[in-house]
Amino acid sequence: MSKKSVYVYRSFERFWHWFQAMLIFFLAFTGFEIHGTYSFFGFRNAVTYHNIAAYLFIALIIFAIFWHVATGEWKQYVPTFVHIKAQLNYYIFGIFNNAAHPVKKTVLSKLNPLQKLTYFGLKILVIPVIVSSGLLYMLYRYPQRYGIETLNVQSLETIAIIHTIGAFLLTSFVVAHLYLITTGETITSNLKAMLTGYEELEIKDDQTSPSIE
Amino acid sequence: MRKWVLASALSGLFAILVIGSFSSKGYEPTELMKLKEKYSVKRSPSVDHSLFVSLQKKFSSPQEVTITCISCHNKRHIEVMQSNHWNWEREEYVQGRGIVYLGKKNAINNFCIGTQGNETSCAKCHIGYGMDSKGSVFTDSSNVDCLVCHDNTETYVKASEKGGAPPASLNLNLIAQSVGTPKRSNCGVCHFYGGGGNNVKHGDLDMAMFEPTKVLDIHMGTDGSNLSCVDCHTTEKHNISGKIYSLSSMNHQRNTCEQCHTANPHEDAVLNEHTLKVSCQSCHIPIYAKENATKMYWDWSTAGKLRDGKPFVEEDSMGNHIYMSIKGSFEWKKNVKPDYVWFNGTASHYLEGDSIADSSTPLVLNPLHGSYADEESKIIPVKIHSAKQPYDPINKILIQPKLYADKKGEGAFWKDFNWQTAAEIGMKEVHLPFSGKIDFIETKMYWPVNHMVASKEETVQCRECHTRDNGRLASLTDFYMPGRDYSKPVETAGQGLLLLTLLGAFFHGSTRFIIKKRNQRKDKE
Repeated sequence: MSKKSVYVYRSFERFWHWFQAMLIFFLAFTGFEIHGTYSFFGFRNAVTYHNIAAYLFIALIIFAIFWHVATGEWKQYVPTFVHIKAQLNYYIFGIFNNAAHPVKKTVLSKLNPLQKLTYFGLKILVIPVIVSSGLLYMLYRYPQRYGIETLNVQSLETIAIIHTIGAFLLTSFVVAHLYLITTGETITSNLKAMLTGYEELEIKDDQTSPSIE
Repeated sequence: MRKWVLASALSGLFAILVIGSFSSKGYEPTELMKLKEKYSVKRSPSVDHSLFVSLQKKFSSPQEVTITCISCHNKRHIEVMQSNHWNWEREEYVQGRGIVYLGKKNAINNFCIGTQGNETSCAKCHIGYGMDSKGSVFTDSSNVDCLVCHDNTETYVKASEKGGAPPASLNLNLIAQSVGTPKRSNCGVCHFYGGGGNNVKHGDLDMAMFEPTKVLDIHMGTDGSNLSCVDCHTTEKHNISGKIYSLSSMNHQRNTCEQCHTANPHEDAVLNEHTLKVSCQSCHIPIYAKENATKMYWDWSTAGKLRDGKPFVEEDSMGNHIYMSIKGSFEWKKNVKPDYVWFNGTASHYLEGDSIADSSTPLVLNPLHGSYADEESKIIPVKIHSAKQPYDPINKILIQPKLYADKKGEGAFWKDFNWQTAAEIGMKEVHLPFSGKIDFIETKMYWPVNHMVASKEETVQCRECHTRDNGRLASLTDFYMPGRDYSKPVETAGQGLLLLTLLGAFFHGSTRFIIKKRNQRKDKE
């Protein structure tokens, strides 16, 4: 066993991740202004910027789905309950006693079981809910305008409340996510890896590097 | 390789230029420019009335003028006599009561209450001569007052309490020779002074509109588009479009902003979306009564006080009447923020003799129909005028008092100051029962605000409605508005979750930090 700098996060993945992070932060900031929590850009600008960011976010999601399918990276997010107890144990106890990470990161399995579960939840629940409610929020009057009865949304209330719930969940996720960055091998190793793509991984000496160039 | 890249880039650029030069759209005027062009051209009469022989003879009565007008315009008087302007009523369908004939004749308003029994005084604005309380004026075509609308000398006036006739001193020949399209002054002389004084009724129509600036009204400003009333209130056979819902109930023959500006006039799609539920006026008329105050409250219950046995008048510092013995006490307001209501174009009315179901809440004389759920409804700005009016607490109907009479002793309130006799005679004249008891009830009336349109820079800003507290639309609670509304449980749970996450991160992190420090110390030892 030895440590080796391995190329884990390819450029698209890093671009996708940081662009998405920026958009989510910006959407939350403008979104809560529209919600009435504070005033910064002014209501009209907040709405305009929020809508532009929303369309960019949707475009990014479409690209990301394409990338995940094309490269097979989607498999990273298939949830598993194996080792989940060990991972929880690590965060609750092990981390305080300098214990080793219970799940070894490899290029083929970048995410620990808790990450898999959380990201899977985000991808199939929170993001779809927030995107679809957001789209309805932006377009909700148009069905009524064209008189399509079955699409007639009588009130914004349900849509807006669902969108708000999504916003609170996603914002809480971002807060937890920002903190958990610091729980890598060293405090900054996870951040570095996500910026440069390279991370120090333990590699069995006899095995050839699984890194793909 | 480099050559190829350069060559393809250059040919691409060339192709774009060629396509661009063929598809240039040229100069395309905006909607606003087209409107300005259309309305900057003022109509001029096709004939010179001063050259007509028939208008040279000396007129001794206004009726003679009308007969001369009709001798050429030989159908116009029929049109006038079919109009609601003439008849003080029109056929209307009111939800819940069917077809009714509705107008000044039978509606009760918040100002001088009603016209019946008081016609000779009200006729200062009637477009006919010889008005009396028997209604004989309605059938004689020579009584049509062509001049009040078509005089272009701005000298024609109607005398007070003369049943609609002009003062004898007028030069009727000069006036008859200079007739033309109605000007702002022709309409304004009645419509700006409705209810017994300048800006009493509407709030958005007052004498400042005779010669307004762009700041007062972007359309009518003489330093701008300089539109006159009839540019928008277009007329077909003397049937004038646009109406006020103090006396109207059906959604037809209305004047709307969309007729010129289209339903989607903004460049911004988000603003255009608003037009489905919000009328143009709601944002584009941020305040009304910009130059002169308007009457907001009229309390009849204080009327009748005398000083040394004589009626008196009190004024505020701006010259507005705040007390009149004949009418009671008033409140006035300038630069008023409108109230906002849902409106689908239909209204209901309290008509003479209607019984009051609930006298504990203010009686709305012209409830405007509409709600968020109603697809036809939009939010409109209104002036809400409140009053205290006499009513019969036994029969539960509003009292139509006899207000005006020529002489003392005929029982009219404005001469004798006695509610009892004024009510008794007034109710007898309209053939309604009177129990002998008089009480006062609070009444409200909605006046849609449509004029005094501001420039686009001065419009209502987003935050004035999309705000948590005291927004302009705070009273319209039947829908969810972003920036104002939220779900309390979701808000509490969401903030709780965020706080827990932050606290969790903080404690987890600081525990890690403390244990690490402790271990480092142990290692050293």
